[in-house]
Amino acid sequence: MLSGQLVGRLFSMAGRVCLSRSSAGLGTIGPVEAAIRTKLEQALNPEVLELRNESGGHAVPPGSETHFRVAVVSSRFEGLSPLQRHRLVHAALSEELAGPVHALAIQARTPAQWQENPQLDISPPCLGGSKKTRGTP
Amino acid sequence: MSGSLSRAAATLLRWGRGAGGGGLRGPGRAAGSGGGGGGSAEQLDALVKKDKVVVFLKGTPEQPQCGFSNAVVQILRLHGVRDYAAYNVLDDPQLRQGIKDYSNWPTIPQVYLNGEFVGGCDILLQMHQNGDLVEELKKLGIRSALLDEKKDQDSK
Repeated sequence: MLSGQLVGRLFSMAGRVCLSRSSAGLGTIGPVEAAIRTKLEQALNPEVLELRNESGGHAVPPGSETHFRVAVVSSRFEGLSPLQRHRLVHAALSEELAGPVHALAIQARTPAQWQENPQLDISPPCLGGSKKTRGTP
Repeated sequence: MSGSLSRAAATLLRWGRGAGGGGLRGPGRAAGSGGGGGGSAEQLDALVKKDKVVVFLKGTPEQPQCGFSNAVVQILRLHGVRDYAAYNVLDDPQLRQGIKDYSNWPTIPQVYLNGEFVGGCDILLQMHQNGDLVEELKKLGIRSALLDEKKDQDSK
């Protein structure tokens, strides 16, 4: 659907603007990120697990671990609705979601679905307290 | 970047700031939460069933305070859904926690169609992209504006 593609592209454009500020924080893996990875691996035995700390695009201190995006590719998702798949991810990360993690964007795919479009999307820009800094180089 | 895409981006940005001009009766009804400080399961049960389309946002449809909440507002707008109830969880800590417990869903935004929990931003976007949202809206007696848009394109 045309508009679907449009929204998708807008998301990724806007996301790049927002995330370009966060590059300083990339490369280091914090304890929350490490825990998310371990728990998802244990719970869902994923073929692919891509995880991005998107906290840098938000109004939080540098090095924060509050906003994440994850792509989980697992055969465990076969036959499950998107809602059921998300709930499995939430269940694996209940501790993190009840604690430090404020936002978790989830792409829960079967291996076949991932092959169609194997990429971790980019989240829409934050509209909260970081508004003033958005768009500055 | 193509010209039409940047025009569309500008449109979306304008939407993000509220309905061009008027603003007072923008998209959705800022249903607020003043009436009773709703947080109990019974209250929330009534709330999500009161309207066909109900969303819980950070911010209002006119001024979303979070990119994911904004995405939900923009998707509904694309489909021409104007008559929906929007609750701002930032106005009410009880509602903010209550709806997470009620839906058994840890994040905001949350979308309800016909009293049934649909999901958050990721799932609504997915439904928008794969056409499911058009079908779900049809079941509620809401004709998606995207159908008309498509017809226009076909007839050209």
